Amino acid sequence: MSTGMVLALIGAALSTILAGIGSAWGVGMAGQAAAGVTAEKPDLFAKVLILQLLPGTQGIYGLLVTFITLSRIGVLGGTAVTDTNTGLMYLFACLPIAICGLISAYHQARTSVASIGVVAKDPDQFGKAMLFPAMVETYAILALLVSILAVTNI
Amino acid sequence: MTNNYVYAVARIRVREKTLLTDADISQMAGMASADAVLDYLISRGWGSAESGRDPDAILQAEETKNMALMEELGVDKKVFDIFDIPRRYHNVKAAIKEVLTSDTHDRIFYDIPDFGRREVLAIFSEKHFDALPEAMRAPAEQAFEYMVSTRDGQMCDTILDRACLVAMTDAAKKAASPVIQDYIRSTVATADIRIAVRAAKIGKPLGFLNAALAPSEAFPVHDLAQEAAKGTEALYPYLQEHGFADAVEALKVSPSSFERWCDNCQIEAIKPQKTNPFTSGPIVAFYLARENEIKTVRIILTAKANGFSEDAIRERVREMYV
Repeated sequence: MSTGMVLALIGAALSTILAGIGSAWGVGMAGQAAAGVTAEKPDLFAKVLILQLLPGTQGIYGLLVTFITLSRIGVLGGTAVTDTNTGLMYLFACLPIAICGLISAYHQARTSVASIGVVAKDPDQFGKAMLFPAMVETYAILALLVSILAVTNI
Repeated sequence: MTNNYVYAVARIRVREKTLLTDADISQMAGMASADAVLDYLISRGWGSAESGRDPDAILQAEETKNMALMEELGVDKKVFDIFDIPRRYHNVKAAIKEVLTSDTHDRIFYDIPDFGRREVLAIFSEKHFDALPEAMRAPAEQAFEYMVSTRDGQMCDTILDRACLVAMTDAAKKAASPVIQDYIRSTVATADIRIAVRAAKIGKPLGFLNAALAPSEAFPVHDLAQEAAKGTEALYPYLQEHGFADAVEALKVSPSSFERWCDNCQIEAIKPQKTNPFTSGPIVAFYLARENEIKTVRIILTAKANGFSEDAIRERVREMYV
């Protein structure tokens, strides 16, 4: 296997691993808060579940970039990477969603936890409370777009 | 780890909705009798199956529920040891007086495991001061010897009250929770102001003030003692200069208004925890808010039972956390 292919595979792996770690961390943290609210007020389950799931999207974005990358470097389709430069390009193309996914999932989780606190106090504020963690999502989506554009144009 | 308390804080957020608000307290203050207040509390879920309509039993049940919730949430009991310090020093004061006067006052002791009436009386009856916690040993012995030689109960209390404040300050410094540190800082500052005001009003000398005031981060206590020794005219401007203008305003209204201000300072110290989702702060704040709520209800029930007017009750009741 060429060095370029190894680098491309590392990029593909990182986008799933780092974004996945961020999401697992985030969903776990928000899940603790959601469980706390549900223990006291089970009828809020559906609302807090949505807030818990918000930091989970980064893991999906990372998976998507991994699939696109694998389908272009000869693993699931496309042509195998033979030179180092192309491999490096795939690696760097995967990094935006890998790194931004990790960090944004963590911060989105903290915002989700705070929003779950808002819903716990006043369930009618669910709509407003959901907007706060949703704002963090913007930056994960921007990173996803950059990674997809980069991977598909190499 | 910042998310260790995420689950517990989320539960506390829901529980905060069950706390009594200022409006609830105002409603209770306006009720016709202590019975009406009891009805209202029972309708809000206060008390237990065993407490019936006994006010003391209802309040005791609420204190038990409060501590049980903290245990259920997995908060280390040591976190709350600091709030037991005043009760322990109270038991020491009660024991010294009971041993030296031979009067029996079993109802004034707090029921603290390993430090209840029986244990503390045994220590002072046998002068077995080594059995006391290290920080308490020297002031307790000093207070005891002072009481033996002078029978001055007030000075005995003063020595132990100061030692209690010092012990709370030391414990707060070791506590990991900033909310506990803020709360104790506020408690010590208001206690010092309370002592200084009372001493200034009755013309206590500087020596007494220096012995009574505990070190505080809010002001140099030696300066506070000197101003208080000169009288209230010198003390009030000093308090205003050090950010306690509200205390002076309350003092001008009435003594009970000042007492209310002291208690409200402590609630103000914990209020920022209402928006903190990640540390143990909101849990400790909830515990203190419940304690404050129970104390306030006790004031209302006692005042109603003794026929106090609605205005007199409103002047005494404390601000609520929510």
